[in-house]
Amino acid sequence: MADEKQTPTTPNLDELERGPWPSFVREIKKAAEKSPMSRGLLGVLERSYTDKIGHWKHGGIVGVRGYGGGVIGRYSDLPEEFPEVAHFHTIRVNQPAGWFYTSDALRSICDLWERRGSGLTNLHGSTGDIILLGTRTEELEPTFSELTQAGFDLGGSGSDIRTPSCCVGPARCEWACYDTLNLTYDLTMHYQDEIHRPAFPYKFKIKAAGCPNDCVASIARADLSIIGTWRGPIQVDQAAVKAYTKNGIDIQADVVDRCPSKCMAWDGKALTIANEWCVKCMHCINVMTKALRPGPERGAAILVGAKAPIVQGAMLSSVLVPFMKLEPPYTALKDLVGKMLELWAEEGKSRERIGEFIQRVGLGNFLEAIGMEPRPEMVAHPRENPYVFYEEYLEEEPAEAKA
Amino acid sequence: MAEAVTVEAVAEAMYQMVKDAAGVKKLKPTDLTKAMVEHFGSERCSKDLCKEALRRLMDSGRCVYTYYGGSFVELPPQEGAAA
Ligand code: SF4
Ligand code: SF4
Repeated sequence: MADEKQTPTTPNLDELERGPWPSFVREIKKAAEKSPMSRGLLGVLERSYTDKIGHWKHGGIVGVRGYGGGVIGRYSDLPEEFPEVAHFHTIRVNQPAGWFYTSDALRSICDLWERRGSGLTNLHGSTGDIILLGTRTEELEPTFSELTQAGFDLGGSGSDIRTPSCCVGPARCEWACYDTLNLTYDLTMHYQDEIHRPAFPYKFKIKAAGCPNDCVASIARADLSIIGTWRGPIQVDQAAVKAYTKNGIDIQADVVDRCPSKCMAWDGKALTIANEWCVKCMHCINVMTKALRPGPERGAAILVGAKAPIVQGAMLSSVLVPFMKLEPPYTALKDLVGKMLELWAEEGKSRERIGEFIQRVGLGNFLEAIGMEPRPEMVAHPRENPYVFYEEYLEEEPAEAKA
Repeated sequence: MAEAVTVEAVAEAMYQMVKDAAGVKKLKPTDLTKAMVEHFGSERCSKDLCKEALRRLMDSGRCVYTYYGGSFVELPPQEGAAA
């Protein structure tokens, strides 16, 4: 049986161990010393490289009792040849906000997974969860039970709200314009039902970045991107700006000329910013961290619609609310998200992300349905098609007005 | 105002729908909710009630969620039967 088996020979996979960079093959081989499942995985992967075809079947079971998310069912289509990986389900575990762990917590997960699964993990998946790779169906419920005893819960998968994630925010970063960790924890608890029980046309990802640096890439990867920003002037410490010139920074070339909105000026003595033109790209603040700080009134921009290319092409999120104060209990944000989810759940097509839905129905109709007024910040650039008219321009003028 | 239908009645009606559709059509949670609201009338059957009914079906194990490119509600599958 599997335990007696030697690690299979893998000439194709061995190629992926070359070079100085990390290699998933090397890691699977390490795990294979102890885990029959990892040995089976090497075998089936080598076979896939030889056959030039994946040997996995996806779908089917997706959770433990009561949950519709958190487990991604995966079966080998060569179960007789590779019985150790006949089932190779993935479990998604809801990560702590900002990915802070104690070593004890990590050890408890690793120990549990060596007993109940392949021992292979992926910290972290693109949604942010802890990914436990490879287990059998009969291990799902016991694994879930042990995870909950250790204080963890499953994350989202399928057509549900995926596990919200965020940058480290104020825990370690002075640029955070709101408490990303608190918001993420709050949203995770608020949407427990929606995370565990799929009720939407497709997945819905929430990512919270503390500032426009967007370290969680929410603008590219989240259906709801919450990106910290500020109002009011960037705070400038002129003495610290001058000190940068002495330390080799060419303020004109490195900062002013690279400002995307060209709203900065430097006369060799003082840095001035026309803040009304600032697009809050963070460039100047990132270069002169000691001299510049975001403005005093802080909150977040709420953007909607990003997705990776799956059914249709990739999209970036676009602005829905240019500035929102984000303080507990985050009522305004939850009200807005609630309206969007209700509309999309009702009218969205199967496997249509909310960004695609907005494109299909039109932003104007979407805004009207969720009760929002259009705003200039929602428009990327002015209308340029002369054959499209605003409705009011088409209305007939009264006869006397024409006379 | 019309008297609200019970969670049990909605859950039972959902279960029957899932059972009748087994092997013929995969139903999404929203399909069930829309069908229930239509069947019982929006005055008597709210979306929240449907949510609770679905939850009971799942917690009791009478139905399970499955995933085939999207999430569906089905009768518990036979082991290893995933496509
Ligand atoms: S997104 Fe901004 S606040 Fe968050 S970690 Fe990155 S720089 Fe800091
Ligand atoms: S944040 Fe960006 S746009 Fe604003 S002043 Fe600095 S460089 Fe210019």
